[in-house]
Amino acid sequence: MTANPTTAPLLQMTGIVKEFPGVRALDGVDLDVRPGEVHCLLGQNGAGKSTLIKVLSGFHQPDEGTITWDGQETPFSTPAKAIEHGVATIYQELDLVPHLDVTENVFLGHEVARAGFSQRAQARKRVRELLARLGHPEISPTRIVDELSPAAQQVVSMARALSRNTRMLVLDEPSAVLDQEGVTNLFRVIRDLTEEGVAVVYISHRLEEIREIGDRITVLKDGRTVATGLAVADTPTAELIRLMTGRSIEYVFPPRPATAPDRGAAVLEVRDLSLAGVFTGVDLTVHAGEIVGLAGLVGAGRSEIIETVYGARRASSGEVSIDGKRVRRGSVTSAVRAGMGLAPEERKSQGLLLDEAVFKNITVSSMTRFARLGFLNRGEERRRSAELTASLDVRPDGVTRAVRTLSGGNQQKIVLARWLLRDCRVLLLDEPTRGVDVGARSEIYQLIRSLADRGVAVVVVSSEIEEVLGLADRVLVVREGEVVHESAATELDEAKVLDLVMEGKVHA
Amino acid sequence: MSQDTARVEQAALETDREPNKLLGLLRTSVGRNAGLVVALLLICIVGAITAGDRFTSTDNALTILRLAATIGVVSIGMTFVIIGGGIDLSVGAIVALSSVWCTTVSTQTMAADTHWSVMVLVALMVGAGCGLINGLLIAYGNIVPFIMTLAMLASARGLAEIISDKKTQILGADGADVSGFKDFFNREILGVDVQIWVFVLVAVIGWILLNRTTFGRRTVAVGGNPEAARLAGINVKRHTVYLYVLVGVCAGIAALLLVAKTTTGTSTHGNLYELDAIAAVVIGGTLLTGGRGTIVGTVLGVLIFQTLTNIFVLNNRSFSEQQLFKGVIIVAAVLLQQRLASRSST
Repeated sequence: MTANPTTAPLLQMTGIVKEFPGVRALDGVDLDVRPGEVHCLLGQNGAGKSTLIKVLSGFHQPDEGTITWDGQETPFSTPAKAIEHGVATIYQELDLVPHLDVTENVFLGHEVARAGFSQRAQARKRVRELLARLGHPEISPTRIVDELSPAAQQVVSMARALSRNTRMLVLDEPSAVLDQEGVTNLFRVIRDLTEEGVAVVYISHRLEEIREIGDRITVLKDGRTVATGLAVADTPTAELIRLMTGRSIEYVFPPRPATAPDRGAAVLEVRDLSLAGVFTGVDLTVHAGEIVGLAGLVGAGRSEIIETVYGARRASSGEVSIDGKRVRRGSVTSAVRAGMGLAPEERKSQGLLLDEAVFKNITVSSMTRFARLGFLNRGEERRRSAELTASLDVRPDGVTRAVRTLSGGNQQKIVLARWLLRDCRVLLLDEPTRGVDVGARSEIYQLIRSLADRGVAVVVVSSEIEEVLGLADRVLVVREGEVVHESAATELDEAKVLDLVMEGKVHA
Repeated sequence: MSQDTARVEQAALETDREPNKLLGLLRTSVGRNAGLVVALLLICIVGAITAGDRFTSTDNALTILRLAATIGVVSIGMTFVIIGGGIDLSVGAIVALSSVWCTTVSTQTMAADTHWSVMVLVALMVGAGCGLINGLLIAYGNIVPFIMTLAMLASARGLAEIISDKKTQILGADGADVSGFKDFFNREILGVDVQIWVFVLVAVIGWILLNRTTFGRRTVAVGGNPEAARLAGINVKRHTVYLYVLVGVCAGIAALLLVAKTTTGTSTHGNLYELDAIAAVVIGGTLLTGGRGTIVGTVLGVLIFQTLTNIFVLNNRSFSEQQLFKGVIIVAAVLLQQRLASRSST
């Protein structure tokens, strides 16, 4: 919006090729970024976005192609070189040192020091200024980073980027850890920066964000640039999806069943569940075949509620029962035995054994079914897993490959396959489409609905209001640890949910 | 884990007595253990050159294996604990306590009155008991494994000193006739000592347990990603307890081998076994961070160290030189292994 089309590009990448053993991750990528613009990078998982970022931040060296920085051909041979030229990258997996405090993290690698002695007071003062500029004066410069929320950690990463002379800021899915308010604040900061002439490379799966903040778009597919320099304002969403997927698809939610599922038998019943200091008095009933959505801000207690229902956190009071039978408090093993399954928020760190084979990840919760006297029937395990991955269209197929090699959407399918195999009665899904690209999302939605149609009681937690409204039959809005609203999804719209989430009531 | 590794392990265990056959076999080995095989091969060549027939004889191969048996059994148990994300520093002390407990006058008298297997039972129970205490306090008391087993290291050896009054307890003292025990463990079956058979048996059972059972699968899951394992419904705490009991039992078995071999039980048995076992496991390619490791690798690691010791002894080199070289071998083997691993992946 502020970019002047005649401005010379700050960064120009031409014909970038990067090969890893057995994979051509980048196969001729062109990208030009102008000072003062927000350049969005779009592409499905595995399209090469992450590799491209690593090339332009100096982590990887391209095998072919040229990088021109500020009019001069410049090889970014090390991360230090890239930083020196003013490239700051904020990765999806934040790269902070968990046990150091905020100030130490911000100035890591370029400490404020005189004659080797760090000048702590001065450093803290500068950090305070940076945090205020980022709209988060409440974060203390002396807090240990580990104790901060992911959203606050991202702010610290931003502060680190701003503490240097940054000319280009690269943001990899920054909104994934943010709530609505955080995103608004992030956009304000981005606008401030672009006004000062800083170039921003913005990566996100959320097209509506790109609409709001982006100036131009480059689309990657299979390691190639399929379109570059598209003006955001002139490019319809359908066109973007077509470019990314190579086919025309709609961002669709499966239709709800004709008969209201809440007339079925109640499967999951939660009574007056509380977790001291986090949430209180949660009642929740989910019927067979029903999808219940939990909406709310990050930090409102949504994830904690389903983790407590699952027994991963020990409830301070209240009870959970399945088919009328009480589940032991604070025991995941009992919850799983009673028929519950959880697809956790952090799929990689909480959900999967990344280096293990697909089939082992699928059978891990139903191992005893494949065992006789403790001996596993591995042929049977592979056969059943292969059936499931085929029916869920996991790509690439092959149940002995490590889960790490799959994309986010396919990894999520593996987690779902695990509970499918167990025939679970209650499925708890925490952010089921985080890190899942647009193409695979509809498939995940379809899959969740078909599970419900088979009689599974499903609870979905999501930060995306659209997702909760589109997918769920019934919606509960959580605000500051309390359920403030409950109704059929069809009775709500995005504006109403926003009001509930922010204020706890609907404006007249 | 492929069938190849199964075959390699099986073959390695069965043919180690024949160094020449062994050399042939090692050349065909592939994959993760290739670095170790090369290292072992080089050591064997050095042995053959420096000590000639004295090294290459079948008798000498059996000697190596006999000496490898005790530490080998402990290392198999250690492999499980480390794959499961833990560590056990107390194995040597547990060996000492087990050896002392099963050779007390009262145990020996009882064994003489009934059957020598009483001593076996006592040693295994002591090992399992120490492991149980380790496991319970680590899993449910949330004590870091390093600290808990360090405490057990001190306490178990202390208790062994108290029970034995710091004296060496001799098998068959006070007229208790436990020759059955001695005879059993020092017998030969098919020309191979029972001690070696015990090691083979423990290694094979260990391999099956790790690669073919729910127990092994859970061990890898718990060590690889404890949070994911917990959320998948695995009882991580209980499994952790099982792992420490398992290594405790292995220490008990090692104690029996030692008692039979030395005909004594003393509080100094098993000194520094924890370090030898960890070294063997680590150069065997098992990640100290947990989640990945092999029994074959551990067996190779044990053999490397024992063969090395053997060559030093045959060449009349000092223990100090041997220690120095051991350190070099740890670094060299790991470096070599990494190099081979990265090459095979491209």
